[in-house]
Amino acid sequence: MENKTSKLSILTNGIIKENPVLVLLIGTCPTLATSSTLANGVGMGISATAVLVCSNIVISILRKVIPDKVRIPCYITVIAGFVTIVQFLLQAYAPELNKSLGLFIPLIVVNCIILGRAEAFANKNSVIDSALDGIGMGIGFTLCLALMGSIRELLGQGTLLGHTIFGSWFTPIGFFNLAPGGFFVYGILIWLLVVVTKGKAPKVKSFSCVGCPMYNSCNLDTVPAETKAAKPADVVAEKGATA
Amino acid sequence: MAQLALIFVSIVLVNNFVLSQFLGICSFLGVSNKMSSSVGMGSAVVFVMVLAELVTWPIQQILDRFGIGYLQTVVFILVIAALVQFVEMFMKKYVPALQRALGIYLPLITTNCAILGAAINTINYNYTYLQAVVYSFGAGVGYFVAMVLFAGVREEKLWDESGVPVAFRGVPMILVSATILSLSFMGFSGLFQ
Repeated sequence: MENKTSKLSILTNGIIKENPVLVLLIGTCPTLATSSTLANGVGMGISATAVLVCSNIVISILRKVIPDKVRIPCYITVIAGFVTIVQFLLQAYAPELNKSLGLFIPLIVVNCIILGRAEAFANKNSVIDSALDGIGMGIGFTLCLALMGSIRELLGQGTLLGHTIFGSWFTPIGFFNLAPGGFFVYGILIWLLVVVTKGKAPKVKSFSCVGCPMYNSCNLDTVPAETKAAKPADVVAEKGATA
Repeated sequence: MAQLALIFVSIVLVNNFVLSQFLGICSFLGVSNKMSSSVGMGSAVVFVMVLAELVTWPIQQILDRFGIGYLQTVVFILVIAALVQFVEMFMKKYVPALQRALGIYLPLITTNCAILGAAINTINYNYTYLQAVVYSFGAGVGYFVAMVLFAGVREEKLWDESGVPVAFRGVPMILVSATILSLSFMGFSGLFQ
């Protein structure tokens, strides 16, 4: 990480340059599962953002205290604590949302974005920077979920936030509400990103281990040669040290 | 017995963890580029999923007895992480052959949402111990099946890469292939009820 990066660039990093969903391709499970309607997508995005910001702050505060060898279990404990808090808040104040997100609320614990940011950013940077990074990443995640949610809800049900948008001429295409529709819309969005920006935009990473939070502690070799050559030098050094 | 078979078949085919419930997508898309690694990852998931279920179900009963069921998320993820670590150490010492085959996939599994998802699902469904174990085994097998099928599709290169528009190569094409695979699994949805 460069020391001189401005606060604004840390914030926008997660929204555009390293958008977790469209560029880093992490956190795919909640992205696909909770984007069947706009309300679900935004609800999931906000819940995950809350956990991400809080855990980034706490992990950044504790970064000098946590022993390096047991850092992953420590991060998981911190994250799981905040997830439980969010779960309670949703049960109390948004029971409908809690019901429709269901299993995916406790599964925020294993959301790659949150553990990934703890590992890649919060344990190396100051508290304010980590909070900004969390907010940026959270907004990037929420925006993508909102976009996918609106597309899938509009085409799958002809509604938006429960309000009917199209007239009676429109036949809802149920495909978009079902599981395959999630994969399809996600693929089309990434394709659009590549077409619209003509390669000028941040390059979409391939599905590989680089974005995975467990990357440093795992020695599974499925990373294609080209991405391996391009990965940051400090990651290589760290991997060599642990292996 | 018939009910157990029903649970098993429905979780493998109808409610497949990866293709219709979106659990474990990260590893499904990340590791499926080689057949050998998908078989390894799939077997490791089946193994850990059953083991995790054997441990977490009794723990939930203990939590409930003390009225602290709300600690479920925290306790489960820590137990699974510790269990995976322990299994790795045990295998290294006593079954090195198995460790060589599955060992490299184990660290990945701690943060795989399919494992935690299966453990929480069985509690939510109020399954008995036996049903819960069968459910987890089925979920693992479902993951294995989806993984191997998709690795087959990706490795065989069923489409001619040069015929694909440039912007569609790579990630979008992988996702569209996953769409088709997921769509074909929808065909099982009329199997019961």
